[in-house]
Amino acid sequence: MKQHGPWIALALAGLGALANLAVMRGENVNALWLVFAAVSCFLVAYRYYALYIAHVVLGIDGTRPTPAVRRADGLDYVATDRVVLFGHHFAAIAGAGPLVGPVLAAQMGYLPGTLWIVFGVVLAGAVQDFMVLFISMRRDGKSLGELVRLEMGNAAGTIALFGTFMIMVIVLAVLALIVVKALAESPWGLFTVAATVPLALFMGLYTRFVRPGRVGEVSILGLIGLFAAIVYGQQIAASPVWGPIFTLTPVQLCWVLIGYGAVASVLPVWLLLAPRDYLSTFLKIGAIAALAVGIAITAPPLRMPALTAFVAGNGPVWAGGLFPFLFITIACGAVSGFHALISSGTTPKLIATEDDAPMIGYGAMLMEAFVAIMALVGASIIDPGVYFAMNSPAAVVGTDPAHAAVAVSAMGFAVTPDTIAHVAREVGEKTIISRAGGAPTLAVGMAEIFSHLFGGAAMKAFWYHFAILFEALFILTAVDAGTRAGRFMLQDLIGLAVPSFRAGKGALPSLVCTGLCVAAWGFFLYQGVTDPMGGVNTLWPVFGISNQMLAAVALMLSSVVLFRMKQQRHAWVTLLPTAWLLICTVSAGVLKIASADPRVGFLAHAGKVKAALDRGELLGPAKSMAQMHQMLVNDRIDAGLCALFLAVVASVLVFAIRACFQAVAFDRPSVHEIPDTLVPAE
Amino acid sequence: MKRALVLMRRIARAMLGLGDYEAYCRHMADHHAGAPVMTRAQFFRNRQDARYGGAGTGKCC
Repeated sequence: MKQHGPWIALALAGLGALANLAVMRGENVNALWLVFAAVSCFLVAYRYYALYIAHVVLGIDGTRPTPAVRRADGLDYVATDRVVLFGHHFAAIAGAGPLVGPVLAAQMGYLPGTLWIVFGVVLAGAVQDFMVLFISMRRDGKSLGELVRLEMGNAAGTIALFGTFMIMVIVLAVLALIVVKALAESPWGLFTVAATVPLALFMGLYTRFVRPGRVGEVSILGLIGLFAAIVYGQQIAASPVWGPIFTLTPVQLCWVLIGYGAVASVLPVWLLLAPRDYLSTFLKIGAIAALAVGIAITAPPLRMPALTAFVAGNGPVWAGGLFPFLFITIACGAVSGFHALISSGTTPKLIATEDDAPMIGYGAMLMEAFVAIMALVGASIIDPGVYFAMNSPAAVVGTDPAHAAVAVSAMGFAVTPDTIAHVAREVGEKTIISRAGGAPTLAVGMAEIFSHLFGGAAMKAFWYHFAILFEALFILTAVDAGTRAGRFMLQDLIGLAVPSFRAGKGALPSLVCTGLCVAAWGFFLYQGVTDPMGGVNTLWPVFGISNQMLAAVALMLSSVVLFRMKQQRHAWVTLLPTAWLLICTVSAGVLKIASADPRVGFLAHAGKVKAALDRGELLGPAKSMAQMHQMLVNDRIDAGLCALFLAVVASVLVFAIRACFQAVAFDRPSVHEIPDTLVPAE
Repeated sequence: MKRALVLMRRIARAMLGLGDYEAYCRHMADHHAGAPVMTRAQFFRNRQDARYGGAGTGKCC
């Protein structure tokens, strides 16, 4: 009792805070309630559930040699201190996802998002990361595709690899779209982001030739350059010569990004990718830490209601009801299939002992959920009227403050044109209307918090552009690194049929695959940018569905492994979240294809466009017949994509069930682990 | 204080995926005495290429 007493108290306090959040109404709900509730739930979950999974379900064994011990080579396989490895793993999983999803989900109020993040991460997300880390750790650090092939057969492995590639394409498109939304018509923002390219080139040359490997000092130089770029960006934006050069329309910016992606991903990594990755990593960790400190010190009140009327599914930011669409809108932060790729990447090769696995696998994901909670806070402390003006499509709120104020007030969130114009002026932008995608909204929230800490209202514009820069920077790094990763996946896939396409077999296949990869995400980016409904509306749900389906695949693999270990009586640990994710993603996928509501269903929307075309009319925001045809094609491709994802997940499910039955019929464990008696490979 | 700084430095380098040169040297001394050892600069380049050279480097969320 002495041992468990404090934990029980913490659990009760956390649940009490959650319950309080659920029933508190009115103006003065403090953001700290939310943070406290989440953190105490996370601590208790780690202390009991993570360790239960580790010791009872998986039977981790601290004496068993990990890949880092067995195959130690001083390079890829190195037994690493767990605190250091936690940093490595967290930096690898934390990207733009947990910052965007919760901001978009805030249209339903802060409560649904909070509950899903807290329960999702504890029961699904962190379980997935931990289990995949464990599985890979016992199999020499193999990747997710190889693990699926090993435990579920070749066909399942190939399907999973293909699914992963398609998800990568959608991720890159949606991330690039967020950058477009944040930087279009924003000379200040675009200048600061553009300035990172020469800065990174300088850093790359410095670390390559001047002082090799001195990343600390060169990063400090780079950060000084970044801050200078933010400061001078204001004058650049105001300059009659430079201002227009850095003012691009969304379509222009889209082409710039596609060109950038194509060039950047074939340059040597040390020149641009690596140094910018250093900058963005430091900026990301710094900004996350500053946000946590800022929220703790300023203790801002939540201005968004706990629940809004849009729970029913008629919200302007994204279409669809709470079930199933909330659960795919917040992917990263609650559960993210992408993490399965990281947990089966470098981390399992660096882990020193199996005893460290819960802290790294489960713990780092809890930390990511904490970031997601802070993003939700960031979106919920700003004026809800401003939130909806920023995140609704131009087709709904128009493009000037007067129209936007009328439209948003009609939604039930009273706001004046002055307020909207004032926020834009404060953050140094011409307009903030219809900048969906999460980044600008979060930037306004962060500027609010940071300006309370340093500099007051005069610094708001600086902090806004700092936040935009920090998000754009690591999204660009992800676009660049993701294009390379997608290229390797594509080479692997094509290499199955045409062996000469495998990686390392000459420059032509790699150029062809880079081109294909850029063309694929570029297509969806262009579609999103030209989408009259704003793009995020269409692409984010497709991204969410695909990411959650990858998570379902990873959890199915985990379930198969538990059955093969003869631990099926504990398999509910993975079967429960698998079932939930399958229910959410399959129903979301089917609704996106077949819902009769044209705001939700792609085919219903296509039908509406087709009917208008046949009558020779223009529909909604389309301005020409060519645009109408474009909308029709987009709808059909998006529906096809959802069908493809459904087919991937359904076939993996069949393979998983088959493997489980085989494992049960077998009279002893049938896992493909590296035996613990094997002597270290030398 | 000094130890905390050293730890911070190691965490920062691990976040960038740069590997641990000291651990590499220890490994070479323990297991491959006499074999050629990469210099710090060579090690840095080797790790940089390894980090971005495969399919597992995409990060998003």
